[in-house]
Amino acid sequence: MTYTDYATGAPVSDSKAPSGPVEERWDKRRFEAKLVNPANRRKHTVIVVGTGLAGGSAGATLAEQGYHVVQFCYQDSPRRAHSIAAQGGINAAKNYRNDGDSVHRLFYDTVKGGDFRARESNVHRLAQISVEIIDQCVAQGVPFAREYGGLLDTRSFGGVQVSRTFYARGQTGQQLLLGAYQALSRQIAAGNVEMHPRTEMLDLIVVDGRARGIVARDLITGRIDTHFADAVVLASGGYGNVFYLSTNAMNSNATAVWRAHRRGAYFANPCFTQIHPTCIPRTGDHQSKLTLMSESLRNDGRIWVPKAQGDTRPPSQIPEDERDYYLERIYPSFGNLVPRDIASRAAKNVCDEGRGVGPGGQGVYLDFADAIERMGRAAVEARYGNLFDMYHRITDEDPYEVPMRIYPAVHYTMGGLWVDYDLQTTVPGLFAIGEANFSDHGANRLGASALMQGLADGYFVLPATINDYLARNPHQEAVTAEHPAVQEVLAETEDRINLLLAVDGDRTPDSFHRELGELMWEFCGMARTDSGLRKALERIPQIRDEFWRRIKVPGTGEEFNQSLEKANRIVDYLELAELMCLDALHRTESCGGHFREESQTPDGEAARRDEEFAYAAAWEFSGTGEAPVLHKEDLVFEYVHPTQRSYA
Amino acid sequence: MKLTLRVWRQKNAGAEGAMSTYEVDDISPDMSFLEMLDVLNEQLILSGEEPVAFDHDCREGICGACSLVINGDAHGPERTTTCQLHMRSFRDGDTIDIEPWRASAFPVIKDLVVDRSAFDRIIQAGGYVTAPTGSAPEAHATPVPKADADFAFEHAECIGCGACVAACPNGAAMLFTSAKVNHLNVLPQGAPERETRVLDMVAQMDAEGFGGCTLAGECATACPKGIPLVSITGMNKEWLRATRKAGKR
Repeated sequence: MTYTDYATGAPVSDSKAPSGPVEERWDKRRFEAKLVNPANRRKHTVIVVGTGLAGGSAGATLAEQGYHVVQFCYQDSPRRAHSIAAQGGINAAKNYRNDGDSVHRLFYDTVKGGDFRARESNVHRLAQISVEIIDQCVAQGVPFAREYGGLLDTRSFGGVQVSRTFYARGQTGQQLLLGAYQALSRQIAAGNVEMHPRTEMLDLIVVDGRARGIVARDLITGRIDTHFADAVVLASGGYGNVFYLSTNAMNSNATAVWRAHRRGAYFANPCFTQIHPTCIPRTGDHQSKLTLMSESLRNDGRIWVPKAQGDTRPPSQIPEDERDYYLERIYPSFGNLVPRDIASRAAKNVCDEGRGVGPGGQGVYLDFADAIERMGRAAVEARYGNLFDMYHRITDEDPYEVPMRIYPAVHYTMGGLWVDYDLQTTVPGLFAIGEANFSDHGANRLGASALMQGLADGYFVLPATINDYLARNPHQEAVTAEHPAVQEVLAETEDRINLLLAVDGDRTPDSFHRELGELMWEFCGMARTDSGLRKALERIPQIRDEFWRRIKVPGTGEEFNQSLEKANRIVDYLELAELMCLDALHRTESCGGHFREESQTPDGEAARRDEEFAYAAAWEFSGTGEAPVLHKEDLVFEYVHPTQRSYA
Repeated sequence: MKLTLRVWRQKNAGAEGAMSTYEVDDISPDMSFLEMLDVLNEQLILSGEEPVAFDHDCREGICGACSLVINGDAHGPERTTTCQLHMRSFRDGDTIDIEPWRASAFPVIKDLVVDRSAFDRIIQAGGYVTAPTGSAPEAHATPVPKADADFAFEHAECIGCGACVAACPNGAAMLFTSAKVNHLNVLPQGAPERETRVLDMVAQMDAEGFGGCTLAGECATACPKGIPLVSITGMNKEWLRATRKAGKR
């Protein structure tokens, strides 16, 4: 049986979301969730993998509640998790601007922005919690931008018409992460969190059907060890690095979520990847990563390309009437602030028409000349100074003088481990939070919503719902390293590491990663077709096969070995990529970040097909290269009725 | 571009280290410094040698992982992080020395990778506001003058890379520690722990074996985020204030 002959299994349903009015569901769930007596909490150990916004805030909060937290990150310090690189801001329905915002509007915008592929219950909860997040972060000393009167400033972001995005210059992620890191540090000092930096999770330990621990490698000594707990929380981020080039950090990886998937956790909507419209174009084959320019730049920058094909004149010599401000032309009411998926695809279209700018024609202009004339250079500098400096440094071009050149790049993955309303995966005792889960953004995430979701999950949702799981399973039998299930996972992990070292072939880990990434970008990137996806699905097993024959990893496993770390992550990318392509192949509609060329409206917009695809696709693993089993979760829209999105 | 690299190689924390010389060719001026090292490492792997270990992650100048002393300067000749340094800052035929951070409080783990966990312990000693989740008042309950908020932000920008320590002739961590003290102590939210914060963080800083400050100013020159030298003065003021206040109690 080939990989594409997947079977459809029993539907999966979210058994934890209460019924009733959407605005009362979270209160109801919190009340119905069982509690753990404060005195008993210290008897429970919870493992948290990752220290970004979701993991950092969850670790700190669980420890404050009295649980014993054992936490891991591959970085040398929990402060370096990639949430730190988020630039633009965080949404919250505070309505401080009195501009008509409300919890319901944030809920509505997020469901619509996600192209009607997210769960209403989850999104409404997210919108409700958004206001508490801002309070929490301010109390921690997060230095948000403020007005002269001392109150918090906000700005607007793509896909919405209110100003609800709180920010700290272009470094909002950094400031929020440091807030969570500092809260976590306080708990580490208090002895409530046992922190393991430079330690990477390599597998999940499941005993009697429950998540009971992880296998992890100390990246300094190379020692592979087991760690046990009463529940395991994965906060290990997204899987955008499957594409090799993305805005993710170099070491961000999919191993934790993929290994959990192999142990029974369903993986939902893997094809929903977000291609961010405003990144710095690549300069050559040496490129190791792509750098985002915050979407907030679209508030004041105007996007354009020359009207004529192959116009190589410098931008200053192209007169106004020979420029095509294509977003403003096609989408007059949202203009440059259309959602990310739409802006990215529009950029691809004009470049495909031969009107792209810069080397290789893979770029469009983001021009601040009008903004500088309207508000003065100083005001532009105050708003975007650090972003302009960053652009200048990378490209050696001064964006105050010449327009920026931007092009879309892989940025975020909406797909992830399937979780219920409690953020629990299909493996009891295994929770997934932040970008690692699939829950809140549907097929497209709106700007400034990732920070909101990561912190909502970590500070507020998980700490409430994990109580229920631990209260219902108060006396789990102790697991030790001698348990046969533990021995088996440990042996598999050691075998994999030893095999990687033993092949001693003639190709580097990076060469495989690049090859896979190029394949994925071409066939599972901004536009996908049946034939392209089938090509990729034919090629991936061949690359995998070649990988295991030709990989070369120098050094040993018993030492600091960055090549080994990379190679081991690629093993998982080579399987996950296949599932992403299959998911993209099976979803023969276009929605959000997933654009199938076969499914478009006469004017080239994405055509969703609700009657067939209003579901989340949760895939069950059946073996490497074996056809997985599809479980559908039907999505019900009681409040925000699906319409074809219009930003015109 | 063709370059000669002299790189610090050290097998592990206990081993002796030494400079090794390598040649790299076809380097584009648009490459970042770390992409140039990627080229070297691909070359080394294929020739059966171990690649050079170095810390890096976001490669956009914000995570603070990268940490190289380049031709004697922390993060090299430009005022930025190593990952944002581009090869256009060098010339064809250059010889470039690449070493790890050098400070007794930052022991070498391997090659160019050092252990900066001392920074985490300084934060753990008091670099936070005690605000358990759920206990926060409405965000607009306490306005913060814009000047104070901006001052806090400018200090909160520290990325914890350790260039200040690497650049300091005494291996002092005063700039790092003062950045956090100033960030939190100026805010009303940080006021209740204002004294304990500075006293505990400075005590931890000393316990970690960082040197003392002699106002050489190298730290502020090397800081990729532009934390000013006067930040240290601010911390000293806070420390004196807290010490006097403690004496009166």
